[in-house]
Amino acid sequence: MAKIHVTTIINGAPTEFLCEPNQTLLDVLRDNLGLTGSKEGCGSGDCGACSVTIDGRLVCSCLVLAPEAEGAKVETIEGMAKGDKLHPLQKKFIEMAALQCGICTPGFLVASRALLERNNNPTETEIRFWLAGNLCRCTGYDKIIHAVLDVAAEMRETAK
Amino acid sequence: MSDVQYKVAKTVREAASLMLAAKGKGRILAGGTDLLVQMKSGMVAPGVIIDVKKIPEMTTITDTKGSFRIGAATPAAVIGEHKKLKKTWPGVVEAINLIGSTQVQGRASAGGNLCNASPAADSVPALVAAGAVVTIQGPKTRRQVPVEKFAAGPGKTTLKPGEIVVSMTLPARPRGAGDAYLRLIPRTEMDIAVVGCGVSLVMKGDTCVSARVGLGAVAPTVLLVEAAGKALTGSKLDDAALDAAANACSAACRPIDDKRGTIRYRTKIAGVLLRRATAIARDRANGISHQAH
Amino acid sequence: MSNAPNTSGKYKWIGSRPDRPDGADKVTGRARFAADFNLPGQLIGRVLRSPHAHARIKSIDASKAEALPGVKAVVTAKDFPEQADLTVPAGEMQVNLRDITRNIMAREKVLYEGHAVAAVAATTDAIAKQALSLIKVDYQILPHVIDVGEAMRPDAPVLHDHLMTDGAKPPATKASNIAKRIEFAKGDIAAGFAKAEIVIERDYTTQAVHQGYIEPHAALASASEDGQVQVWSTTQGHFQVRGFCARLLNIETSQIRVTPSEIGGGFGGKTVVYLEPLAIRLSQKSGKPVKMTMSREDVFRASGPAPGGNVKVKIGAMKDGRIVAAHCEVAMQAGAFPGSPVGPACMCSFACYDIDNIHVVGFDVVSNRPKVAAYRAPGAPISAWAVESTIDLLSQQLKMDPIDLRLKNAATKGTKTHYGVTFGTIGMVETLEAAKASPHYQTPVKPGFARGVAAGFWFNVGADSSAAAHVGEDGSVTVISGNPDIGGSRASLALMAAEELGVDYDKVRPVIADTASIGFNFVTGGSRVTFATGLAVVNSVRDLIRELKGRAAKTWNVDPDGVIWENGMAKPAGSNVGTFEPLTIAQLAATAGRTGGPINGHAQLNVTGAGPGFGVHVVDLAVDADTGIVSIGRYTAAQDVGTAIHPSYVEGQLQGGAVQGIGWALNEEYIYNAEGRLSNPGFLDYRIPVASDLPMIETVLVEVPNPTHPYGVRGVGEVPIVPPTAAVGNAVARATGVRMLDLPMSPPKLSAALDAALPRMAAE
Repeated sequence: MAKIHVTTIINGAPTEFLCEPNQTLLDVLRDNLGLTGSKEGCGSGDCGACSVTIDGRLVCSCLVLAPEAEGAKVETIEGMAKGDKLHPLQKKFIEMAALQCGICTPGFLVASRALLERNNNPTETEIRFWLAGNLCRCTGYDKIIHAVLDVAAEMRETAK
Repeated sequence: MSDVQYKVAKTVREAASLMLAAKGKGRILAGGTDLLVQMKSGMVAPGVIIDVKKIPEMTTITDTKGSFRIGAATPAAVIGEHKKLKKTWPGVVEAINLIGSTQVQGRASAGGNLCNASPAADSVPALVAAGAVVTIQGPKTRRQVPVEKFAAGPGKTTLKPGEIVVSMTLPARPRGAGDAYLRLIPRTEMDIAVVGCGVSLVMKGDTCVSARVGLGAVAPTVLLVEAAGKALTGSKLDDAALDAAANACSAACRPIDDKRGTIRYRTKIAGVLLRRATAIARDRANGISHQAH
Repeated sequence: MSNAPNTSGKYKWIGSRPDRPDGADKVTGRARFAADFNLPGQLIGRVLRSPHAHARIKSIDASKAEALPGVKAVVTAKDFPEQADLTVPAGEMQVNLRDITRNIMAREKVLYEGHAVAAVAATTDAIAKQALSLIKVDYQILPHVIDVGEAMRPDAPVLHDHLMTDGAKPPATKASNIAKRIEFAKGDIAAGFAKAEIVIERDYTTQAVHQGYIEPHAALASASEDGQVQVWSTTQGHFQVRGFCARLLNIETSQIRVTPSEIGGGFGGKTVVYLEPLAIRLSQKSGKPVKMTMSREDVFRASGPAPGGNVKVKIGAMKDGRIVAAHCEVAMQAGAFPGSPVGPACMCSFACYDIDNIHVVGFDVVSNRPKVAAYRAPGAPISAWAVESTIDLLSQQLKMDPIDLRLKNAATKGTKTHYGVTFGTIGMVETLEAAKASPHYQTPVKPGFARGVAAGFWFNVGADSSAAAHVGEDGSVTVISGNPDIGGSRASLALMAAEELGVDYDKVRPVIADTASIGFNFVTGGSRVTFATGLAVVNSVRDLIRELKGRAAKTWNVDPDGVIWENGMAKPAGSNVGTFEPLTIAQLAATAGRTGGPINGHAQLNVTGAGPGFGVHVVDLAVDADTGIVSIGRYTAAQDVGTAIHPSYVEGQLQGGAVQGIGWALNEEYIYNAEGRLSNPGFLDYRIPVASDLPMIETVLVEVPNPTHPYGVRGVGEVPIVPPTAAVGNAVARATGVRMLDLPMSPPKLSAALDAALPRMAAE
């Protein structure tokens, strides 16, 4: 089969690419589009380092075929900051040392944002179960959970 | 240039025809959370990938006089957000919502889970307990089959060439009904079930008037344990009834030793989960709600 | 809590929690890890790996692969020169070059499933994978052996015909799988056991576990026609990569330039090479850059895990709790080639305690599994599992508080270890006391839960570091060193530099230089960077200050001895020197051309005096008796950290190591099938802890400064993985009455042990 032409919107920008039918969205993001912020930790949906959202839904981009992005809105880590303004979660992760090596960080940020967009008052348990699909080997998760709790509290404050 | 083709089907009929035309080398793409993993490992090398996510019948949930029809390709996260379905069938919904991580939930479907035919599939024991019926579309005909008769063995279904699963239908629920699904996994998330148990029952007062038990990961296919259902039916769900039902589950097990559990362990856990799932189902039947965690 | 200096306490910057310098890049996805690098025209390299655990290679026919359009190079063992039988350091372990060249590419035999047999470079990944399938390898399958006990048997299949047990008593006469026997002794062990009033003896086992870094190995190599080579690699030691590749490929080290990418976790597993030599050779043969990444399955099958081992422990004590005799025998898996960390396992075994009579024996055993690599305090967690469980048995038998029992026997300054070192200033007692005083320990155990305590030790190392400090034309300072930053060390180095220089943290920019741009640095490992590279950075800043003072002296036309450095400025030492306004770095930089040119400082050293670390962990957990599921309710890690330069990152080390240990205790293990193939080469069935498995990990940072470092730094990264397995096992024993001896304590195993104990417990 000849390459497939895909038209999509990535981080708000209309984007077109050519891909093989069996290329994953992760491969296209990283190899065709230079968006290397999403990482491959396992290639089988077990680690969450490739997390993106498609039409607002949190997914593993290694489990999405690139042609499936046709007509969809894809958000990756590269779209999280607005210009040079970091998202509150990004700021908080730095401030609270919620990263050590940083390889899992893009996935955690994308996943955490998806959570807080749905629920700005999650309990610690809800956060942990929501993020269970994001593996971290460096931090033991503690500071990541604290960071998400703090940002949620700040969001609720701002909303008042 | 790769050999595989990717096609988007617009109707159920089209999808079935494409499957037939692929002569055994076609694979349905719903969430892809099993298919892509199998393609990457080399276990599966499809000739044609048929994307069914643009077919409304396969991606919607409809409620007809209390009977729910769930499109086979509906993402688990969407199912979890359906308030009425969740209220009516908390066990079925929690089972579907246990398939994988939040990311996997964004894509995985009950139809995919069923068709992958893993003996450890999380959605299936609850669907079996619920008495779900699977609607199958072939190139020429449509048919129905009870969910417990759908799988043929590990990784094998009873689908004929050119057939695809369109939806699962849950019967209308009488008053006093409750269901629950529990699985045993070594961690708290992200594991394949070592044992999965779905229980659906109807209470009239303190008597159980009907019960169905589905048991997963303990045999080549998910089991409908009729003896367990019988042991609970007509009882007050007292210790004797629970013991009998638990023993029936352990007796029905034909598990294997593998990297996830031993025969001994699975057999024991089947009974343990039966007791616990029954308690939750009974509470729900009596109007007491339970959160998964 | 961001960049504000710490105004309380003795330091201006050290001890504060500023933003790390690579933070913005890491949270935006801009930071580049090895797989994020690409070069124009690059080829993709892939490795063909053995499907057999043990086989002789009769022939390899790569002709069809070479002929496939798009394939530009194929390599096998014949592309790598033979190596001498020479042992060199690799992180905290030792490796033999003749073994390493065989590990990166099999020669006479394949020795484990996943062993590299050939590699190809092609224009696309798909073509590279297709090329692998066209390579025909003729194997003669041999019997294999996996388990360490099985491998030690006289009738076991032998991996290396030349391997005779070094240190065998009596000397070995025929080849076996026991590479080495080592022994340590202190005092008179027989006399010790003779006088002991209580003797406890158990046999323990642990399984191999992987470091579990989320970033798979990856490298990009580009070879030029003139013999120069450039490499980008995810590594804990780019000088190590350079050194290995130089030897393995017969290239001069100055011809190889290695740039470390950001590294997505290493924990010791990235102190060796796998892909780099292959990528270089493929690049040389094809004339194009070659990019190689490992799949997750290959990471599990073919990169070094930590060994498992069988450990026998026997301790003798008096009724008052004083331990008078301690014996331990460790048989440790090395994987396919010798070199397990059995030495450190033996040395750490009783290091937490002051015991008069100690005897430790260790065996390094090969078997048909991937060659082990370092994993956070290599070897120590395995002996600690056994020793700390046994000490807990003693505390149970004596009905003595487990912390009090350890206090009674704690090592202190002046304690002579059984491996010959006498401790200087250490913090074992302080850490025990801090654990006892912790909010966790002071809180009664909740109903349904039980509490476990365990201690742990690691030496920490010093070794070689080079650093430099350069002043820019505007007076801002760049601090250059050569250690990949795994856990936030750049921030700590900048904090120490800022403190030393007397300027704000934001005015100091730390940079990690490639192998051509800074002097030699030993690996990031051994808990050494904040300590040893920190010292090099401090010394390079002191050198810079000397230079800056000299420039001020020239400017004022006074003797350099008349200039002092204070709060980031040069000042006259006293009014007798003259009345001069202080000069800032910016001012000195502005006139640098007239006072001697560019202003730089540098330092290089081989650092000794690394202070050892001690940790004490407390865990409260519950066991579901029907299912064997363990739920961790509360966890505290207390540790002597010297001086916490950046407390957040010190806490992070304790938390991360503790959680790795919890995984080791509960679910992580390598599962092999009857054919010697790994059944769980993926994160689905190799079960590391997920966020929902854990509570918050409380930390207690005990500061007993290391007197050999200007800021009292003690390495902290490795100790935290040593206590958790026994802490968990001790809590499980107190929760259930059942003492688990074998790791991991996974639900099916714990359930079986609980059920087996029922008749006995019912009878009691």
